[in-house]
Amino acid sequence: MEFFLISSLNGLSYGLLLFMLSSGLTLIFSMMGVLNFAHASFYMLGAYFGYTLESRIGFWPALLLAPILTGAAGALFESKVLRKVHKMGHVSELLVTFGLSYIMLELVQLLWGRVAVEFTPPAFLQGPVFTLINHGQLGLSLVAGVGGEICQSADTAVRIVCTPFPATRAFIMVTAIAMVISLWWVLTRTRAGLIIQAALTHPETVETLGHNVPRVFMLVFAMGTGLAGLAGVIGGFTFITEPAMAATVGSVIFVVVVVGGMGSLSGAFLASLLIGIVQTFAVAIDYSLLQLFKDVGVVLSADWQNNSFIKLTVSQVAPILPYLMLVLILIFRPRGLLGKRDT
Amino acid sequence: MSNLLSRYGVWLGFALVLLVAPWLFTSNLSQTMLSQMGIAIIACLSYNLLLGQGGMLSFGHAVYSGMGSYFAIHALNAIGQGTLHLPVVVLPLVGGLAGMGFAILLGYVTTKKSGTTFSMITLGMAELVFAMSLMFSEFFGGEAGVSANRVVGEAFMGITFGPQRQVYYLIAFYTFVSVVLLYALTQTPLGRILNAVRDNPERVEFVGYNTQQVRYRAFIIAGFFAGIAGGLGAINFEIVTAEVVGPARSGSYLLFTFLGGATFFFGPILGGILMVLAFVLLSEITKAWLLYLGLVFLFMVVYAPGGLAGLIMMNLRIAKTGALKRLLPSYAGLAVAMALMLAGAGALVEMIYHLQLDAANGPELPFAGWVLHTDSATTWGVSVALLAIGLLVFETVRRRFALIWGEIQTDMAAAQQAKEAT
Repeated sequence: MEFFLISSLNGLSYGLLLFMLSSGLTLIFSMMGVLNFAHASFYMLGAYFGYTLESRIGFWPALLLAPILTGAAGALFESKVLRKVHKMGHVSELLVTFGLSYIMLELVQLLWGRVAVEFTPPAFLQGPVFTLINHGQLGLSLVAGVGGEICQSADTAVRIVCTPFPATRAFIMVTAIAMVISLWWVLTRTRAGLIIQAALTHPETVETLGHNVPRVFMLVFAMGTGLAGLAGVIGGFTFITEPAMAATVGSVIFVVVVVGGMGSLSGAFLASLLIGIVQTFAVAIDYSLLQLFKDVGVVLSADWQNNSFIKLTVSQVAPILPYLMLVLILIFRPRGLLGKRDT
Repeated sequence: MSNLLSRYGVWLGFALVLLVAPWLFTSNLSQTMLSQMGIAIIACLSYNLLLGQGGMLSFGHAVYSGMGSYFAIHALNAIGQGTLHLPVVVLPLVGGLAGMGFAILLGYVTTKKSGTTFSMITLGMAELVFAMSLMFSEFFGGEAGVSANRVVGEAFMGITFGPQRQVYYLIAFYTFVSVVLLYALTQTPLGRILNAVRDNPERVEFVGYNTQQVRYRAFIIAGFFAGIAGGLGAINFEIVTAEVVGPARSGSYLLFTFLGGATFFFGPILGGILMVLAFVLLSEITKAWLLYLGLVFLFMVVYAPGGLAGLIMMNLRIAKTGALKRLLPSYAGLAVAMALMLAGAGALVEMIYHLQLDAANGPELPFAGWVLHTDSATTWGVSVALLAIGLLVFETVRRRFALIWGEIQTDMAAAQQAKEAT
């Protein structure tokens, strides 16, 4: 039971982190038709900015400033490079961001080195936010903070399982939910959001009304990459800050965007949570086909028992689950979970 | 006769170059490089069938060349053990069929979409296969990969494929045939309709073609030739590791096909040659070679979307009208600006890398004949100044260049119109 609860929460927090990334990607895509291949690189950049700033100016200012700097880098790229290839079509735009991902990776390695940097969460985020205690006699209970003496007790007569939930994970959830709400508020309840939404469908009309559409595009790009930067700061101290972090999360967020339906923000939300939860559960399950056959009572020959396919555990398969989901979605629902258009 | 020569002269020349090359460049390094170039040319051309001819930007082309490599090396091992009776000469075809098989299987899903979605799905497929390669170590050989010995079976007319030169000629033969076939494909109805699907899929649908089918067929053919390149790679290196199906390999196909020039048939040939030069020589010179490569790539996408081939063809066209001399001063200026930028940026990058990686060896490092001091403010200042001046000169010359370039284009268009009027 506590495994289920904690895994769901972990999956939820990972899914929300994915959504922080995929929402920016979706926003940029639905607005400008540009698939930002370097989106995960901005995530990495945010983590490194956060790492450097945290040691200089402290945690909270870094959390605020790193996404802004990342967004500024995105705006710079949009206005200096991406805008120039806009008229050449989507393939060129994709190629430009593809090239940028190479450059950013190399620059990060140049400035911060090729190995992981030690980006630790601030003191108040270290340790668990609460601990689930499964007491053999008292049942399931929840204690804020560390479990306390009950977990340390050496009483072997009663089975006690303490499962802590890390504060960093909770922080991801809080930040992501705050971000989702403010994003929704900005897009649907403010004047700027109104202009953005209008520029999305009717750029010419909005331009005629006197709005600077290229500047709106630049701001959207900055917003999207800034969100990626914010996710990077949080993901950086929760997981690991290294040059490879862009590649590990990059392809997953593309899967999220396709599975959710291209350009659909709610679809991306759904797909992020789905993939986050599925992957978190999968890595924790140590169950293979071999085990299944054993449990059902089928006796296999020694040859079959050594077959690497049968020996594969669910946790070993976990890395490919998002991609399998992608294939299944494309076969059975090509427009994605909540996509509208059939591209 | 002259008609025949102008038609087939290029091919004759290409064949001659392939034949003569290993006798001009006789060192061990250059022979392996020539072999790799042949393989890279096939791979890039097969990739360009998607990117240049079909407008499909794939991030997962290495899957098909890589699976070709794996099947070819397992077949080679089977030949060595006597369980399979095939001459080594046809092994690349085994790779080709494997690549084609995977293209039929995976392409069914990927080619359902076009444009940006297609790209994302190919990325997903590439990740899928790469992740699987770490799971099934029996087939993929795990960390160590699968190795084999290409000298198997009886020698046929003294050909054992032991010496590198013999392998080169095998590769050269396949390269020539592949290039001819891929060129011929562009002249067939399928090749033409593929161009149409790239340019205007809606109209093609209205004419009555199924664009998805066209993309799917092109994808299968591209998979076949990629597999041939992979099979040749397996014979050449005698070892196949999981990185041949990895996303980095796919990325380099894309990078160099574009740098060579995706809009011209011969562009990827240049791209393949560049790829080997970069991987073998550039990576020796500097640790930051991927950074330079990325910058050049970005620059090309923005300013020269036709790649190297495009640049060559445009200047040839201008040279025909005799207007090239008007551009020469600008070209000289651009060259100077680029040299300045390269010197400045290169010095900065190398100094930072030096501080990162071997600061323990003292503050001095050699850079293109000079010695840089990472502890002197002057060196840093001069580098930054060089970069800034280079950028400034570049922007000034570029504006002038764009102006003259535009004038020449207008003149040429006017001349064309005058010709049509008469």
